[in-house]
Amino acid sequence: MCCLGLSHDNKFLMEQLFLTAIDTLSSNPLNHEFGRTALLMGSLVAAVCGFLSSYLTLKGWALMGDAVSHSVMPGVVVAYALNLPISLGAFIFGVGSVALIGFVKQKSRVKEDTVIGLVFTGFFALGIVLVSKVRSSIDLHSILFGSAIGISPTDVNQTVLISILVILLLAAFRKDLMLYCFDPRHAKTVGINVIFLHYLLLTCTSLAAVVGLQSVGIILVVAMLITPGATAYLLTDKFDNMILISVCSAIISSVIGIYISFWFDLVPGGSIVLSQTFIFLVTFLFAPKYGIFKFKRLITGKNFNV
Amino acid sequence: MKKQSYQNYRIIAENICVDYNGKVALYDANLKLEPGQICGLVGMNGAGKTTFFNALTGFVNISKGKIRINGESLRSAQKDQTIAYVPQNEGIDCQYPVSVWDVVMMGRYGSMNIFRCPRESDVQAVKDAIQRVDLMDHLSTPIGALSGGQRKRTFLARAIAQRASILLLDEPFSGVDIRTEKLISELFIQFKNEGKTILLSTHDMIHVREFCDLVLLINKTVVAYGETSEVFTPENITTTFGGISPDVLFGPES
Repeated sequence: MCCLGLSHDNKFLMEQLFLTAIDTLSSNPLNHEFGRTALLMGSLVAAVCGFLSSYLTLKGWALMGDAVSHSVMPGVVVAYALNLPISLGAFIFGVGSVALIGFVKQKSRVKEDTVIGLVFTGFFALGIVLVSKVRSSIDLHSILFGSAIGISPTDVNQTVLISILVILLLAAFRKDLMLYCFDPRHAKTVGINVIFLHYLLLTCTSLAAVVGLQSVGIILVVAMLITPGATAYLLTDKFDNMILISVCSAIISSVIGIYISFWFDLVPGGSIVLSQTFIFLVTFLFAPKYGIFKFKRLITGKNFNV
Repeated sequence: MKKQSYQNYRIIAENICVDYNGKVALYDANLKLEPGQICGLVGMNGAGKTTFFNALTGFVNISKGKIRINGESLRSAQKDQTIAYVPQNEGIDCQYPVSVWDVVMMGRYGSMNIFRCPRESDVQAVKDAIQRVDLMDHLSTPIGALSGGQRKRTFLARAIAQRASILLLDEPFSGVDIRTEKLISELFIQFKNEGKTILLSTHDMIHVREFCDLVLLINKTVVAYGETSEVFTPENITTTFGGISPDVLFGPES
């Protein structure tokens, strides 16, 4: 008797669970206006950051990307408060932090990574202090953790504009930047303006940080700037393919991340970056040539040489 | 009149000084090279060889002195693709995702339009250059998969594709196989006949005697400069290497 009752209860419970699961998985972000915006903006931002991340990982600027993306914080806050375009504020503080890093490094015996850490945390702290002073107009939480789902129409316009600008700049100077990251001395020797390219890359990093912080927040934006590039680096030996793979993996993880955050009611910033990390992990383990287990060798049973 | 005399030289460096944030790396260095001359740059590690190259490519600014390339300023030499730099193998990120073709094409970037779209002539120049260094079988090989010698030849091909009249080579013979060494020495003779001027740094004293018309011994400044037969003496070498006798440097057979 007792056993029968329990099994009946169990059946009921299972049915309930199953229905909830169906309900969860069928709630598609595409059915909602804000969900569609989130997916579209998330993909655009991912494309921008993915494109840039190829250059940052190849140049060895991961820490620099971290520094710039955190340092834009006070710029964003000041721009908000003064009703200026946030891209302007971010740009000034992003490039300013790099200039300051260069200056302190040159004038003191402190090592570079220490200087980078020192400067960007200082800028970041300044940003947090400023937010607490002008609290009324800004939501600290959405700056820190992103708000892919609650993105406002003004933000949409600005994000689209900046994203297109950065993509155009990177596309136009794609080859020059490739050469600059590879062999700046040769670039200089053949009359290419390397100082311009240096600042172009920094400018694009600050702008990408601005658009990236809307979807994943300022703390995690550096992941958008390095993880897709690192994933792509393990998958190809061709530069153009690297950019393509990087952009695609960034977009895919952004879409997956937004769906997951939708289904399980998670912070989208976290789930987007986790998806990226997951894709990197799979690549790291199973990439055909550079993975630990070298997938091709596993299926063919032969040593894989290119 | 003076300008005329400058134009007879490929490279003129007069009293150049380079310092990094007040730390002097090179001072009062002079060099004059004519078309078709091969000059060896010899000195200890940290004696300023790389700094000398950096100054000649414009990668660092000189704090004093004057550099003239074919009688013109460094800036216009850069615009005209006059100088090609062939880096040390250690100076390259060999995991960078580019192929032999990509690297050699970089030699043409300076003369392409702003988007670096290769023209028919660029493609031809790259092909010719790769042929001359005998790497046609490796056109699309990523540079990470090349041997040290092949990688060196790739960068030589880049310099050839650039059609530079001055070649700066940092340790061209270090870490290369015998085949590459032979090919490079053949290329040197061709370059010489084409009127190109070569400045190469090397640790190998035998190479200096073998290839170099002139030798420049440096240790933060010029210790000695002139015809190899006159200047490349045990005394000068000892001075350059801070008192170490040339026996140690040459090995027992010299």
